[in-house]
Amino acid sequence: MQSRSRQLQSGGKKEIAKRLSALSRASASLRARLSRREYFGIFFLEKPSPLIEIESVSKRYGAPRDGVLALSDVSLSVRAGEFLSLIGPSGCGKSTLLKLIGDLLTPSAGRITIAGKSPDAARRARDCGIVFQSPTLMEWRNIAQNITLPLEIIGAPLPERRARADELLDLIRLRDFAARYPHELSAGMQMQVAIARALAYRPAILLMDEPFGALDEMTRERLGRELLDLWTRARVTIVFVTHSVPEAVRLSDRVAVMSPRPGRIERIVEIDLPRPRSAATRDLPRYWELLRQVRAALGLE
Amino acid sequence: MAVGSTGSAAEWWDAPVGTWIRKNIQYILIPFALMAFLLAWQALVVINRYPTFLLPTPGEVAASFVENWRNGILARHLGITLVEIGLGFSIAFTFAALVGYVLARSPLLEKIVSPYLVATQAIPIVAIGPLIVIWINTGPLQNALIAALITFFPMLVNTIVGVRNIRHEYRDLMHSYAANAWQVFTKLEVPAALPVFFGGVRVGITLSVIGVVVVELLWADRGLGFLINFARGQLDTPLLFATVVTMSAMAITLYIGVLILERCIFHWRRKV
Ligand SMILES: Nc1ncnc2c1ncn2[C@@H]1O[C@H](COP(=O)(O)OP(=O)(O)OP(=O)(O)O)[C@@H](O)[C@H]1O
Ligand SMILES: [Mg+2]
Repeated sequence: MQSRSRQLQSGGKKEIAKRLSALSRASASLRARLSRREYFGIFFLEKPSPLIEIESVSKRYGAPRDGVLALSDVSLSVRAGEFLSLIGPSGCGKSTLLKLIGDLLTPSAGRITIAGKSPDAARRARDCGIVFQSPTLMEWRNIAQNITLPLEIIGAPLPERRARADELLDLIRLRDFAARYPHELSAGMQMQVAIARALAYRPAILLMDEPFGALDEMTRERLGRELLDLWTRARVTIVFVTHSVPEAVRLSDRVAVMSPRPGRIERIVEIDLPRPRSAATRDLPRYWELLRQVRAALGLE
Repeated sequence: MAVGSTGSAAEWWDAPVGTWIRKNIQYILIPFALMAFLLAWQALVVINRYPTFLLPTPGEVAASFVENWRNGILARHLGITLVEIGLGFSIAFTFAALVGYVLARSPLLEKIVSPYLVATQAIPIVAIGPLIVIWINTGPLQNALIAALITFFPMLVNTIVGVRNIRHEYRDLMHSYAANAWQVFTKLEVPAALPVFFGGVRVGITLSVIGVVVVELLWADRGLGFLINFARGQLDTPLLFATVVTMSAMAITLYIGVLILERCIFHWRRKV
């Protein structure tokens, strides 16, 4: 085992990355052969260390015998600062996986570590900001109050909340709407407010569950661009659930393709398109190649 | 010519005064409708030569109203009725909010308690009224309690529905912020359940009025309901009418009061 990890070290970064994806696929058999320390040692060779570590996690809804097995033996590690997309057919457990990371559910088996902490500890440390599929704004609060709700809950003083609200409203370019109520905003604007709210206490991780699912194609693309812009400026790690293959390829560093229920990670596609991404990205042959790869992994080609 | 005259009519209609009239036409017509109604009433009495005790004229009712308002009889009984309504409604409000919240948060408890709650609704409350009269002798409180019993259930149901209907994502949201129970209660549950709860309040205030008046009619020795009974006994039909008018005005005022309160609380709502 010792010789194996040394061999990996000498192999160079490209080599490691290649092996890593192979490893994650063969993780179950590997884990049997490697000690825990060595197993993680391999991941620590990667320069940006994993921020979220999901180790053979299963989730069963309902009774142990006749419940629904939503996730089966899922292993995945998300690097700090990465933009990772989860894609897969409906009902394959994408939302479930996201909720497990956000500690809205607890795994039936396996372990999740977030920045070295349990999901519960990470939630209490406010490491994650969550954006749901619907904006989930509170209709009795105006936009500024909605954005600062998380700060109110951690007991931040009013001047700080005001300052942060201004900052975030500038970030999503909705300064003029601070005193408006949610119903006065379009669906796309409401989604942006939800994203700003998730960023309010500067979480290291943004968990997004099909945030643009209910929007039209044009708004979707625009918000996608703005999300990338925001991601580069706010330096957060994003786990992004989507149904759209082009969206996943356009935005992500890596796309994790999930299999139908019970969900597992079928394949991880490394999106090595140059950043910053723009409309010109779509002219690259590599873009189409990656699109095809993801579609193939989904069984669409 | 015809074209010209249509044009000028349209111009008048679009002028500021015309627009104002068009917008508020339903309010402008109210006094006219009332006037027409009173005239028809007067004509009916005059033509058929009804005796006063059978159907007084609007004028006689108005005279009785003014007289009994001056000598304080109407005001005194109105005051008592209002106190009873206020008391009964407050009791129902408090219990509906407390019990409703607890039941909404505890499905097990709701399963245990709800058959009894439904059973109390199946009993005609007025039928257990005499029991309450036996138990509690202190005037307004017994009437208030019966009114509270009638008012309680719809408000309770609305509280439960209001709290239950909060979408799970909102709870997840609060959970992800690691909000404590009190924060979830004040920042999510109360404001989110309030609109539905107020639907119950609107029904509740009306039921409180009905409850108190019915009980007064049946066995009280004061209040507007009693006054109706009294006027009937005296064959003082104008007073009976004057009391009904007072009662209606009171009920309408209370209802509008709730509506105004709702407007103030839910100022963020879409204006239709
Ligand atoms: N609360 C629940 N109770 C029981 N089963 C559930 C529950 N939530 C989800 N499931 C089951 O778990 C499976 C995965 O659900 P999940 O919501 O994670 O899917 P998803 O990948 O997000 O699907 P979609 O793309 O449609 O949102 C589904 O088959 C569903 O039947
Ligand atoms: Mg989902």
